[in-house]
Amino acid sequence: MAEPRRVLVLVKYVPDAAGERSFADADSTTVRTTEGLLSELDEYAVEEALSLAESGGWEVTVATMGPEQAGAAIRKALQMGADAGIHISDEALHGTDALGTSAVLAAAVRKFSDEGGCDLLLCGMASTDAGMSVIPAMLAERLGLPQVSFASQLSVEGDTVRIRRDSETATETIESRLPAVVSVTDQINEPRYPSFKGIMAAKKKPVTTWSLADLGIEPAEVGLAASWSPVTEVSKRPPRGQGTIITDDGEGGVALAEFLAAEKFI
Amino acid sequence: MSFALSEEHEAFRAVVREFAEAEIAPHAARWDREHHFPVEVVARMGELGLFGLTAPERFGGSGGDLASLCVAIEEIGRVDQSMGITLEAAVGLGINPILRFGTEAQQQRWLPDLVAGRALAGFGLTEPEAGSDAGATRTRAVLEADEWVIDGAKQFITNSGSAITSCVTITARTGELPDASPEISAIIVPSGTPGFTVEPAYDKLGWHASDTHPLTFAGARVPVGNLLGERGKGFSQFLATLDDGRIAIAALAVGAIAACLEMSVRYAGERVAFGVPIGTKQGVAFQVADLHVMLESSRLLTYRAAWLRDSGRPRAEVKQAAAVAKLHATTCAVSATRVATQVFGGYGFIEDYPVARFYRDAKILEIGEGTSEVQRVLIARGLGLPVE
Repeated sequence: MAEPRRVLVLVKYVPDAAGERSFADADSTTVRTTEGLLSELDEYAVEEALSLAESGGWEVTVATMGPEQAGAAIRKALQMGADAGIHISDEALHGTDALGTSAVLAAAVRKFSDEGGCDLLLCGMASTDAGMSVIPAMLAERLGLPQVSFASQLSVEGDTVRIRRDSETATETIESRLPAVVSVTDQINEPRYPSFKGIMAAKKKPVTTWSLADLGIEPAEVGLAASWSPVTEVSKRPPRGQGTIITDDGEGGVALAEFLAAEKFI
Repeated sequence: MSFALSEEHEAFRAVVREFAEAEIAPHAARWDREHHFPVEVVARMGELGLFGLTAPERFGGSGGDLASLCVAIEEIGRVDQSMGITLEAAVGLGINPILRFGTEAQQQRWLPDLVAGRALAGFGLTEPEAGSDAGATRTRAVLEADEWVIDGAKQFITNSGSAITSCVTITARTGELPDASPEISAIIVPSGTPGFTVEPAYDKLGWHASDTHPLTFAGARVPVGNLLGERGKGFSQFLATLDDGRIAIAALAVGAIAACLEMSVRYAGERVAFGVPIGTKQGVAFQVADLHVMLESSRLLTYRAAWLRDSGRPRAEVKQAAAVAKLHATTCAVSATRVATQVFGGYGFIEDYPVARFYRDAKILEIGEGTSEVQRVLIARGLGLPVE
C-alpha cells in the first residue's frame, strides 16, 4: 500500500468568547482569558481533513502556534481524530503580528514537509478573535504555493484539489494543483464532537513541540517589538448607559423620531 | 486518595455538555409539551458514541467504564431527563443483558445497531401485577417444536415502541420448578413479531419525551434460539444487571440536582423583590445552599459507586454502594426540584422555565429500577439485618 498523503491543518487557540476576558498588555490586542479553545472556524478545517482521511490514504497532522495553553487546541483536534500534533511555542513569540506568524508557520510547514512531505495545507476562513483572514494568503505567498480560499466544498482527485466558493454574485469552482493552501468556510461541513474513544485515544497520539531555534528563526524577527503595526492605545468599550425612556403623552411618536434622528438612525 | 474524575472523563464531560446544550436543551421543552420522542437525536447521541461507552470495540463501542456512562447520563439529564433516561435504559436495559448473556450470534445480530444508536431495545420485566415480585410473573412462553409461543402482558417498558426499536427482551414463565415456583427465562422478541403488540404510549406525569409503552403478547412466536442466557435464569440474570442500572439512575438524579442548583443560583441573583435580589434573603439563600449540599453528596456517592464497580470490587460492596447512591441521589433530586420550584415562586409553576419540567420528571427517579423502599431493603440486608 502506498504511503499515506499528508495534510497539515493550521489551527489557532482563541479566547472562549463566553469566558472572562482582558487585554494582556497595554499596547497589544492580545486577549488573555482564563479559558481558551480551538477556534470554531478551524474545527471546519480539521473536520474536512478527517473526512479526507476517512476516504482513505491521508494522514492528518494539526499545528498551532501559541503559548503552553494552546496545546488544548491540538488536543481537541486529536480527540476529534487527527493523527499527530505540532506545537510551535516560544517565549519570544508573545505579541507576534500576522506577518510574523505567517513567517513562523511557513518555516514550520517547510520543516514538516522536509520530514515527510506535505500534500495539502488547510486553514479556517479566519480566526474567531482577530478575524483578519490573512494567514492563508501570507503563508501561500511565503511558500510559493497556490492559494484557494473560502472553500465551501472540497474534493481531491490525484494531484488536483477542487473547491467551490460561494459569493454574493456567483458560485465559482476552482481547481489547483497540490500542494496548495486551502481555507474553508463554516458552510463546508459539520464538525464532529470528539467521542469518548477519541478522547482516550488522543492521550497516546504524538505531539511534537518546536521552538524558534528548531525552525531557524531569530527571536528578534518576531514578537511584539517586531510587529509592523504597533497598537498605540487599547481601551475597553465603556459600559452601556441607561436607555432613554420616552413617555407617550400624545407626542411620543415625535419624540421617538427626534431621538432616532439625533442618533442618526433615521 | 483522590476524589477527582480523570482528565479524560472531564474532557468528555465538556463534550457531552456542549452537545446537550446545542442539540437537546433548545428543544427539550417542546418535546415535553408535544410528548415527542426525537429519534434523530438518538442517532446523534449514537454518533457521539454514548450508547457504546461500556460496550467492547468489536461491537463499535469504546470499551469505556461505568464512570464515563455516568458522566454522559448526568450531562444529558442536566438539560433533559427524558433523553437522560432514554440513554440510561438503552444501555442498562437494552444493551447490557444481551452483552452479558447473549450468544455470539445474538450479539452479532443486535449489538452493532444498538451500540451505534441506530436501534433501541427494551427490557420487559414489569407486569400489571408483577414487578420486583418475580414469582408473580404471568407472561408465559411455551416451547412448540422449535419456537417459543408467548402470551401475556408487560407494563412500563422504556424504549419499547419507538420507530427504531429493534427488539424487547422479556421475562416469561417457561415451566415450573420442583418446588412449584415458576421457572423464569429471558427471551428476545423482535419488533414486528406477529402477536406482539406495542400498545399506545402512557400519559405520564413526567418523562414526556421518553418512549414508554405497555406490551401485549398473544401467541407471539419467536425461534427457540431467542432464549437469552440460561433457561430458568431469567430473573437472576436480570438482577445481576441491576446494580449498574442503579448507579446510572443515580447519575441521572445528579443531573437533575445540578440543573436545579444552577437555575436557582442564577435566578436568586437576578430576581428582585423588596428592592433587592431574592438571594439576599436568607430564606432563599439557605435553600440554595442546601441544593449545593445535595449535589455534592449525591455526586460523590454516585461516582464512588461507579468507581467501586470499575475497580472490580466484590459484588456485595458494589451492590451496597449502588443502593445507597440510588436512594440518596433520587431522594435529593425530588427535594431539589421542589426547592428550585419554591425559589422560582410562581414562575416555577409555569412551563416558561425548565424548573417545572424537572419537578414533574424527578418523582419517577424514586420509583423506577427499584423503589426507594427496595433500596432500603437491600441496604438493611447488606448490614446483616434479617429484614423481610
